[in-house]
Amino acid sequence: MPSTDQTREFLGAKAPDRTGSIDSSGLRLALNEWGDPDAPVLAMVHGGFDFSRTFDVFAPMIAEAGWRVVAWDARGHGDSDHAHMYGWSADVRDHLAAIQSISSEPIVLLGHSKGGGQLLDLLDGRPSLAKAFVNLDGLPSQFSSPDVNDRERRRMRRADLASGLDRRRRRNELSRRPDTIEGLAERRQPMNPRLSREWLEYLVTVGARHDDEGWRWKIDPVLHLGGFGPWRPGWSLDHLAALEMPFLGVLSGVQDDPMGWKSRHGDIEPYLPPGGRLEYYDDIGHFLHIEQSRFIADLVLEFLEPLR
Amino acid sequence: MTRSTEFLVNGSLRLALHTLTEGEGRPLLLLHGLGEQSPMSRPEWTSVWSGPVLALDFTGHGESDVPVSGGYTPEGLMSDVDAVLAERGPVTIVGRGFGAWVGLLVAGARTSLVHGVVLFDGSGAVGGGSQPPTPYVNVLPASGNTKPDPYALLELSRDPRPPDYALDYVRFILEDSEIENPIVVSARIRPEWLAAVAADIGVIELPLDQAIESFV
Repeated sequence: MPSTDQTREFLGAKAPDRTGSIDSSGLRLALNEWGDPDAPVLAMVHGGFDFSRTFDVFAPMIAEAGWRVVAWDARGHGDSDHAHMYGWSADVRDHLAAIQSISSEPIVLLGHSKGGGQLLDLLDGRPSLAKAFVNLDGLPSQFSSPDVNDRERRRMRRADLASGLDRRRRRNELSRRPDTIEGLAERRQPMNPRLSREWLEYLVTVGARHDDEGWRWKIDPVLHLGGFGPWRPGWSLDHLAALEMPFLGVLSGVQDDPMGWKSRHGDIEPYLPPGGRLEYYDDIGHFLHIEQSRFIADLVLEFLEPLR
Repeated sequence: MTRSTEFLVNGSLRLALHTLTEGEGRPLLLLHGLGEQSPMSRPEWTSVWSGPVLALDFTGHGESDVPVSGGYTPEGLMSDVDAVLAERGPVTIVGRGFGAWVGLLVAGARTSLVHGVVLFDGSGAVGGGSQPPTPYVNVLPASGNTKPDPYALLELSRDPRPPDYALDYVRFILEDSEIENPIVVSARIRPEWLAAVAADIGVIELPLDQAIESFV
């Protein structure tokens, strides 16, 4: 029986201490902050189809250790504006706009999944933005690409193209399907199979909007998974090798998690920047910072300790 | 004739579609190069085409609207052309430079609605080359209604265009097309992707006027 209660609590989850917004060439990006506003800054960049409030447990753990944690919603995600156009390079540019609005000094950057991959691009071109970089399962590798033949790969690309164009033709009619809190959580579960239903229901209440018909995710309905054009996972490794700031990479080794690039330690290790550190956990899924938030927070804090 | 213009709905923005010549039958659709806009009148090299001649201003160009904060990708601008296909049905495309690249992509994505594509010289044919260019990330001031949109010029001159990616679209077209030579290369300047397309066994090369005539 679905609950009529429209709030949820989750152990350790904490709403941001401050909210605000950033301007990226006229597009408004929603900003959330946890911790002492005068503490050193650590910025978190979420992954695709996520939003900054997915850091509601992890960010407070870092903030309690003496950091000002800042996170923003990507264009079309969370409380940020929907855009007419989306793309990897536009996201990367939005990250630059956000970071420049937060600090004129180098800060610690942490990215999860697609957010981590995009920070690789950004920091190869703008290394002076970061005094350290933590990448949580956002290290794409060509070695871990699905084993499909050329014909099947083309068929998949073609299907993706057609569905993407169809969605754009209908973009003015599209809306996210309304549901109950429990229903939205159940629909998200296949993307997050290792996360608890209690957490997913909490996420609905901070990442969806409620109207007369029910709850709807805030993400722009024109967005869909995939759609990276000619982008190749291996291109990211060139950016990784070029980094010069202290680097911590954390890989999930769970191969049947539906999200993430499934890169293995041996795929990435040859491309680590000098002094770079790589951890690999075959028992933690792609959403490491949510599934094992305390463990990952301690790992990050231990890595950052010499930089305080 | 003086061109006439209609505006197609593309999300919250408007796309300018110009009719350069009225006529019966399948239209010839002209796609301009990067930073350009549609011609004011029918180009001489289209004279062999007896049907209507249309020209589209890409998003951020000519009389089309400018989006907030860029985000341009060739794949995204395929939807500009797709808006024309939704309105007018099947067309034959002549693309210049960047328009040739988008023309190839959309011909591969909408094989039943693009009856032949001619790839010709023009601005923006190279893009970012076959591999990602040296990272360069910069935030530009909000451009308002400046055209061509500075973000279009920035982003669409840096997108990677690997030859094997282009050849995927060649395969899509050749697998579905009911005409013998649906892709014609007329361009003399050929970045790697275009050289690979021209070298494909299913693609022919002709001067521009003959290329257009092959689809009459």
